[in-house]
Order: sequence, then C-alpha cells, then structure tokens
Amino acid sequence: MRGRMNAGLLVGGVLVGLVTLAALVSFLWTPHDPTLVDAAQRLREPGGGYLLGADKYGRDTFSQIMVGARTTLYVGIVAVGIAAVLGVPLGVVAGMTPSGWLSELIMRVNDLVFAFPALLLAVMLGAVYEPGTLTAMIAIGVATVPAFARVARAATLQVMVTDYILAARAAGRRRPAIAVRHVLPNIGSVLIVQASVSFAIAILAEAALSFLGFGTRPPTPSWGRMLQESQDLLFSTPRLALWPGLAIALAVLGFNLLGDGLRDYLDPKLRRIRAEG
Amino acid sequence: MTLYLLKRLAVLIASTAVAGVVVFAFMALLPGDPAEVALGVNATPEAVAELRRQFGTDRAPVAQFLDWFGGLVQGDFGTSYVTSAPIGPQIADRLGVTIVLVLGGMAVALVIAVPLGTYAAVHHRDPLGAAISAVSQLGIAVPAFLAGILLVYVFAVQAQALPSGGYVPIAENPGEWLRGLLLPWASLGLVQGAVLTRYVRSAVLDVMREDYLRTARAKGRGGTGALWRHGLRNASIPVVTVLGLQLATLLVGAVVVERVFVLPGLGDLLLSGVAGRDLLLVQGVVMVLVAAVLLINFVVDVTYHLLDPRLR
Repeated sequence: MRGRMNAGLLVGGVLVGLVTLAALVSFLWTPHDPTLVDAAQRLREPGGGYLLGADKYGRDTFSQIMVGARTTLYVGIVAVGIAAVLGVPLGVVAGMTPSGWLSELIMRVNDLVFAFPALLLAVMLGAVYEPGTLTAMIAIGVATVPAFARVARAATLQVMVTDYILAARAAGRRRPAIAVRHVLPNIGSVLIVQASVSFAIAILAEAALSFLGFGTRPPTPSWGRMLQESQDLLFSTPRLALWPGLAIALAVLGFNLLGDGLRDYLDPKLRRIRAEG
Repeated sequence: MTLYLLKRLAVLIASTAVAGVVVFAFMALLPGDPAEVALGVNATPEAVAELRRQFGTDRAPVAQFLDWFGGLVQGDFGTSYVTSAPIGPQIADRLGVTIVLVLGGMAVALVIAVPLGTYAAVHHRDPLGAAISAVSQLGIAVPAFLAGILLVYVFAVQAQALPSGGYVPIAENPGEWLRGLLLPWASLGLVQGAVLTRYVRSAVLDVMREDYLRTARAKGRGGTGALWRHGLRNASIPVVTVLGLQLATLLVGAVVVERVFVLPGLGDLLLSGVAGRDLLLVQGVVMVLVAAVLLINFVVDVTYHLLDPRLR
C-alpha cells in the first residue's frame, strides 16, 4: 500500500522545485549577467533592478544565486550519478552472494573508500590536477559510493528471502536475470530515497569545496564561493553572506525532506533501511 | 572478545596499510617529477638527476613506498621537497589544534543532542518534542562553515563579544585561547548536535517500544526510571555508532572551520600544502586524517561490542 502525501514531502518537493526552476530559468534569463564586473554597481544596495543588491565586483547577487543553483544541481546530479552507477551494482552483487568471497571483498573495499571523505579526495585530486567542478564531482561521487553500496546491499538482502525470488530461482532463472528483473525494481524506492539524501550531502560538500577553492572555478557562480567572497565583508555588508547561505540551507533542507517524505510515501515496508550519509 | 579484538586490530592495520598504498600511488606516482618541479624548466639534466637521488625518487616505486610508509610507522613523514623542512614536526604542531577543535565540537554536540533527543523521544507527541525534531532538521541543512559565518556575524560583528578568528596558544593566555575557540566549537557542535539529536531521538523511541521496557514499567518502575535503568544503555548502541561516524565528519568539518576562523590546525596545513604544491606534505596530512578515520571506526566497532552483550 502506498502512503499518504505528507507535509515533509510537500515542503521538500516545493524547495527542490524552486531550486530546479531557478536553475532552468537561468539558462534563458537572469536579471543581469551574473559574471559582469561593473564598478558603478559595487556593493550596490538592493533595489532598482538589483533585487538582492550587488557584490564587491558589482555583480548582481540574485543572478548569481540563480546560476549558482545550476552549478549546485549539476554537481549533485553527476556526483550522485557516479555514486549510484558504481555503488548499486556492487551492493546488489554483495547482497545476492552474502557469504561469498566477492561480497566480502566488495564490503572491505567499501569500508576503505569510506575512510576517504569527499573533501580529502577533492583536495588530493586538486593537489595533483587543477581543482575545479570536475574534480569536485568525481571526489563527491566516489566518496558517496559506499553509502549506495551499503543501502543497496541491505535492501537486496531483504528482497532475496522473499517468495518471488525463491520462485524465480526454482524456475531456473539465472542470477543476472533475477538481479535485473526482480531485485532492482524492488529496491528502487530505497535507492530513490538514498539518492535524495545523498544529493543533500553532495550540495553541502560542493559548497564546502567551493568555499575552500577546490570546487567550481571563478567566474562561474557557486554558492560556496559566494560565501567565501562575502566573508571579509561580513562587518560591512552581511547580506552578501545571507543569500548564498540561505540558498544552501534551503536546498539541503529540501532534498532531506524530500528523501524522508519519499521514504514514507513510496514504501512503508522498507522504512527500516535508513539512507546513509 | 579477545579474539574479536585481535581480528579487528588486524583489519585496522591492514586497511591502514592499503590506505597508505592508495594515498602514495595517488600522490607520489601520478604527478610530475618533484625534482624537475623544484628546479624549474631551465635545470640541467645532471642537476635534476642529482636532486632526484637526494629525494630518493630515482628508486623503484615499491622501494619509495616502503621507505615512506616505514618512516610513517616511526613518526617520520619525510622532508618536504619544496621547503626542505621535516614534515613530521609540522604535523605534530598542528595536530593538537585540530584535536582540541574536534573534541570540543563533539562535546558541544553531545551536550545538545542527548538531552534534546531524549526529551523529543519521550515527549514525541507534545508540541515541544515535535519542535525539537523540526529544528534539528533545519540544523542538518546548515554546513559548519556557514554556521561559523553566522556565529561570527552575531558574536563578533554585532555583539563584539568574541574574536572573529585567530588562535592564541593555551600556554600564552588560557583565557584568550578559550575565547578564540568558543565560536569554532559552536560552529562544529551545533550542526553535529542537530544531526545527533535525530539519532538519539529515534534510538530512544526504538528502545521505548521494546518489551523489556514495558515489562519494567509494568513491574512498577516509573516511565523515566525504567528508561534510565534499562533504556539508555541500549539506546546508546546506535548512538555510539553514529557518534563515531560523526567524529570522522567533524574531522573533515574542522578543515573548513579552521579556514573560517584562521586556526593553525591540520586543515590549514593541508590547504597551504596544496597551495604551495608541497605534495609530500599533502600526502602526510591526508594519511594522518585517513588513519584517524580508520582508528575512529575501530574504536566504534570495539565499543559496540562492549556495549552489546548479544554480539559477544
């Protein structure tokens, strides 16, 4: 039975929808060129076509927030994509052969990757190559693989003891066929929840990396770097920190609420498998 | 228990060694020749070869790795190719600041999370209990460095009560040392406290539904008394696990918070190493942080076994 629409799902959906809308509209239109340096508009107060004012280079804050949403979603989608594409097959294989050496190997490697947080991976990548959006996405993606693998494994273990799998095995179906036709569709809802929660964490990681200078390079707007640039103006122009900060917090809150809401909505049975951070 | 401890210890040593291989392979083998980098484009091949011999980078990768990792085990992190300074003492200098930062942040998180999470679970039908859950959800959405910036704005810019950054060694002035750390601790602790509150709440809720707690209540213990005597130990099992994971998150969060508050910790050392293209330094700091995460996981697993007799 599917659950009822809940408040978390609604609020989360609206917040994620707003971020997505801002990102999509920014492709077609922003109030000003977000990267245009304009000395005349330096630290301009909000108003007169500059809804949220301008930063120390005279760039429109609102336009930057809009394009920053695009950066955030882009990094999140690619990072979560990497994590899911690598993590889900590993987790399913480990879950379908729980006592085999392969499963043991996968989970050990998983534990090892777990010891390399996204930030460290990104810093390592950034030390060797030029740091940028690509290194940040790869680092966040790889660091998120263990979360997907663990959740996929736990869900697969639950599915493997059901009668329909037993029936499929008795009918002589091969394991890859069982994985694709029976396991994946049945762990899908858990994975969607995990994707939403991982997306929230990816946004936090991207913001932190951009803040440190290991994320998206200037002049491409990113919320984390907007915060970093605002820090030395905190005494005079605190609103420059307020808007990107609010954007990050609301986007993360949105994906977290969406994940929790989806968990309750999609499949109350699988509620006990928690999405991992 | 002893057998488990030995097995787990073996896993810890093995994973640290494998992590060492990964870090080394990544940092030492992929980028350009440090001798060429140090001497610049106009160097003669003879000078490069001589420097390579001094650095030891002319040897086989396996020999280089064994040399580096063997040194690590004895606390020798090698000598920087860029600054010619030994790396171990630099790390040792900075490690203390980061540990103090992380432990303080953890303490703040626990002080917030245990009472609030327990209250939110016991009173989960009351408005206040529900409010705690909602606020903790908000807290999770705020990254530590953003919390730091907000705290600086409130306490340093507006109230002018605390410094906005900088570090005074405790030996120099304990009062100023403490004042300088209050905001960094709070930035790390508030956010982690929000995350932890949710886990404490759900752990206590789970325990409250258990049969043994109902039995204890039926035998005449008051609700709080029963929870206190039978519940908290059991509720602490999942919380300890999360606490360990959080400690690892805090370590990474500390890197960013050090940047916000200009604290001379490991994170600051790591980032200045990257900026100066001091790869051996970066390699050393990354290894220390990864080893710390592995060690934390080890301690968590062992604690888990001690707390839960069913696992013995």
